[in-house]
Amino acid sequence: MNVGVLVFPGSNCDHDCAHVLKDVLGQNATMVWHKESSLAGLDAVILPGGFSYGDYLRTGAIARFSPVMQAVKQFAVEGKLVLGICNGFQILLEAGLLPGAMLRNKSLHFICRETYVKVENAATPFTNACKPGQVLKIPIAHADGNYYTDSVTLAGLQANAQITFRYCTVDGTVTPGSCPNGSLDNIAGLCNAEGNVLGMMPHPERCVETMLGNEDGRHIFRSMIASLEHKQVAEVR
Amino acid sequence: MKAKIHVTLKSGILDPQGKAIEHALDSLGFKHAANVRVGKYMELDLQEADTAKAEVVVKSMCEKLLANTIIEDYRYELTA
Repeated sequence: MNVGVLVFPGSNCDHDCAHVLKDVLGQNATMVWHKESSLAGLDAVILPGGFSYGDYLRTGAIARFSPVMQAVKQFAVEGKLVLGICNGFQILLEAGLLPGAMLRNKSLHFICRETYVKVENAATPFTNACKPGQVLKIPIAHADGNYYTDSVTLAGLQANAQITFRYCTVDGTVTPGSCPNGSLDNIAGLCNAEGNVLGMMPHPERCVETMLGNEDGRHIFRSMIASLEHKQVAEVR
Repeated sequence: MKAKIHVTLKSGILDPQGKAIEHALDSLGFKHAANVRVGKYMELDLQEADTAKAEVVVKSMCEKLLANTIIEDYRYELTA
């Protein structure tokens, strides 16, 4: 898999993503500066976490106008994989590639801790290595992860199975108490209607190695690799 | 021409900062303060003398960047 990791001024999880893809999973990862206008040769792009443009105005509000975002929009239209993690998710929302917006965490705190998320849709290119309903332990680190959208859009997300991850208890029960940030319907991650663009607040790149005590994040990247291999096999046939 | 722009969360959307400030006011003895809402204030100079044209520009700025209309409302004043 040839993955481009986008780098905005203020991205700080870009090298973690590249490390996981290259050194842990043996994939090709290249850093793509936000001024680039082409994503040629890539199978997938990752918008990493961080504080693009210092989170000025709103999280992701300025990064969405970076030149590379035009290419990301086209990339998404072509059905290629786009994964936004944390600040990357916020950028995808501001860019209109995913519906809704992020509000400040209900508690007003920046929250950095492990969370449990339930895989609500295991049929996406980002979750096919998971079992439906599987519980993953993945850490979050954000101040603005309180997902909001209007009730009509929410109903659409629910009906189309676009809600990919929901915050839950360790045994997979979705409760108000298991939602760390006030997010609507416990939403931790969601995809577009086509399923090739995913935004998630938890950081899978932070839990891929045994040495770090948790490998649950591996499922996300393994799913992407599997989905591309499957696609290539299908194209050859 | 100067534009003064206010951006606030839409009514009905929980404003946790506003709530925290409301509680602080309450604990300071300001018992009559309610429904505190926190917003952003921006001002900028426009190279435009015509009010109608300036309004079109400012509205476009608000829609495209200054406010996220999914969660925020905006209003503005134009002064010479």
